[in-house]
Amino acid sequence: MSTRSEVEVAVARERTKRKRFRLLTNRDLGVLVFMLGLPALIHVFFVWVPALLSILLSFSRWDGIGGVEAIEWIGLTNYEQVATIYPPFWPAVVHNLIWLGFFILIATPFGMFLAVQLDKEMKGSKFYQNALYVPVVLSLALVGFIWQLIYSPEQGLINNVLGRTDPENLIDWLGNPSINLWMILIAASWRHVGYIMILYLAGLKSVDPALKEAAAIDGATSRQTFFHVVFPVLKPINIVILVITIIESLRAFDIVYVTNKGTNGLELLSVAVTNNIIGEASRIGFGSALAVILLIVSLGIIIPYLWRTFRADEVAA
Amino acid sequence: MTHPEEPLDTSGTQISRRNLLKGVAAGAGVLAAPALLAACGDDDEAATTTAAAASGGDTEAPMASGTVSVGSNASDPLTKDAYAAMFARFEEKNPDVTLAINTVDHNTFQEQINTYLQGRPDDAFTWFAGYRMQFFADKGLSTSINDVWDTIGANYASSFKQASTGLDGNQYFVPFITYPWALFYRKSFFADNGYTIPTTIDELKTLSEGMMADGFVPIAFGDKDGWPAMGTFDYLNMRVNGYQYHVDLMAHREKWNDDRTKQVFATWAELLPYHQPGALGRTWQDAAQTVANKEAGMYLLGMFVGEQFQEVSQEARDDLDFFAFPEINPDHGQDSVDAPIDGFMISKAPENIDGAKELLKFIGTGEAQKFYTDANSNWLATANDADTSGYDALQNKGAELIASASNIAQFLDRDTRPDFASTVVLPSIQTFLNNPEDINGLTDSMEEQAVAIFTE
Repeated sequence: MSTRSEVEVAVARERTKRKRFRLLTNRDLGVLVFMLGLPALIHVFFVWVPALLSILLSFSRWDGIGGVEAIEWIGLTNYEQVATIYPPFWPAVVHNLIWLGFFILIATPFGMFLAVQLDKEMKGSKFYQNALYVPVVLSLALVGFIWQLIYSPEQGLINNVLGRTDPENLIDWLGNPSINLWMILIAASWRHVGYIMILYLAGLKSVDPALKEAAAIDGATSRQTFFHVVFPVLKPINIVILVITIIESLRAFDIVYVTNKGTNGLELLSVAVTNNIIGEASRIGFGSALAVILLIVSLGIIIPYLWRTFRADEVAA
Repeated sequence: MTHPEEPLDTSGTQISRRNLLKGVAAGAGVLAAPALLAACGDDDEAATTTAAAASGGDTEAPMASGTVSVGSNASDPLTKDAYAAMFARFEEKNPDVTLAINTVDHNTFQEQINTYLQGRPDDAFTWFAGYRMQFFADKGLSTSINDVWDTIGANYASSFKQASTGLDGNQYFVPFITYPWALFYRKSFFADNGYTIPTTIDELKTLSEGMMADGFVPIAFGDKDGWPAMGTFDYLNMRVNGYQYHVDLMAHREKWNDDRTKQVFATWAELLPYHQPGALGRTWQDAAQTVANKEAGMYLLGMFVGEQFQEVSQEARDDLDFFAFPEINPDHGQDSVDAPIDGFMISKAPENIDGAKELLKFIGTGEAQKFYTDANSNWLATANDADTSGYDALQNKGAELIASASNIAQFLDRDTRPDFASTVVLPSIQTFLNNPEDINGLTDSMEEQAVAIFTE
């Protein structure tokens, strides 16, 4: 009955406003408001309200004890101190960028390369696929613990294999600030490569084989087929992979934190935020300023990219 | 944020997590418990209290009763059992008091202390002496317990009372257990190679040269977690400039780029060639193993290093000995020792203050402390009446070292603002270990940051 009355109402409306079509019934509208509105509300409440409060707190000096009246407003002092007298800050920025560069230029392409190889259905590809995917199910913190066993100076695997455990010749993989970031990046990539591989493999499986056959008939080499046919077809997957890579690079934290709390060559913005905010007698204002900088860096990388991508899509459509 | 007494290790993660969850569950129970008890048991308990007071007469009034909640960071199984035994003994002695213990993972407890104390904390909780106690006392998050000290005061050396006193001169803390920092070595290793114990820095250098000539690493060193090297800084500072300078520097009444502070780093730079290279990639556990395996000669650490020797073998643990950090400046000799104290405090608005104070009076007795020192032979009791008959040789020596010291420091990250220790001192010392040449630049940077943090 209700459907009928709704139809009648709709018809009546249409008569009064001849030009306006209504594609949604009231019920649809209700469902839409519920399904979109509630998540939007939750998102605003749990993401944007705290983010805005962090921005507000970044102009203050507060040790987290006492109420709002205990907060002292000090303008841009925190930002000034971050940039001038806080030694971990600039290394942290550089390390975050190196992390991003390493993932985009080396780890992610390598994961895609492995996916392309596995897609060729060679012998034992299931085995390789599983072996490469196993690290992905481990948390990055656990990956950190595992690789510490490998890099440890006297007891570690690498130094023992190389026979460099004596004080005169040992290699301090995680303690030497000029190499430890790279060692951590290898450990992080060990997991990241498998992640990208499985995503890309799923994408490759969805490519219509007819495309590849057509390319082969036209005389394209497998290399040309990939770069000129398969890769462009996989554009949606490519975007997902790039965004995931950027996100993984910017939220890098746990592996560094379990290794040495993000000091001595492993400074990252995320760790600087944590070290200042978590714990006793926190420097809430100072840590918030660092968090805001991380937010700006993240938005600065993600927004232009997504904006360009979606605008290009609209133009194409 | 990892601290000497309970380092975070891989094997323990699982257990800690479980304990944490249990702690959370227990915490929820604790919050509800006092209210319930108060609601249903008020009359009965009032009656018992009156009866006890009437019949006993000689007991101190007001007699404690009801439930006391205790927040504990003693999360590893050994420690937890020792605490449980001690709490059980308290309940036995005070039949009217029930304890509700809320155990939280050690590191989590520390990291959440701010929110914990501002939320609905337990009546009594475990904490550390020194600046870290003073900070929360100063913020009004803890109750002064001078009357507890009226009872237990005679049972403590004055240095312990000093370590329990807030900035306002009141007492806020009851010491439970402690351990000293010193240079640890294996007796048989020194005997076999004919080494003698150094008492001055020059003797230490000569000994180190000798060990290097014999193909050993003189001083084991591991600073991957950042805090162990703070012990070296503490001792060098107290030996070069004395205890008072240490206290003043930690409170930032002295400057980090003062020539006296630079002298500490300069002395350290002279000793660095004798330290195990690659320290920043090595955990203290790994460094301790090299001493236990006789690859390295000595190791500056807290007495908890004994745990690692125990892991190697009972023989290695029995062979473990230590000597005090050698003299550098004759004005100060070897008069100061780093000996962090763990103990108990009372939160700002306890539901059962009489019960909590009764518990703290018990904590301040040798009887209570023996439960812990029996279970873990790398720790020492703090009360004078502690029964030390169960001590092993190392514990006896540790107790002597502390008793003979004129000044007891609490360790760098307990003697200064925790945020300054972890965000400035820790990375600065690591920078120094990487590049011992630029002492001026380093100390200037530390001073700039100290000014920024200490004005807060």
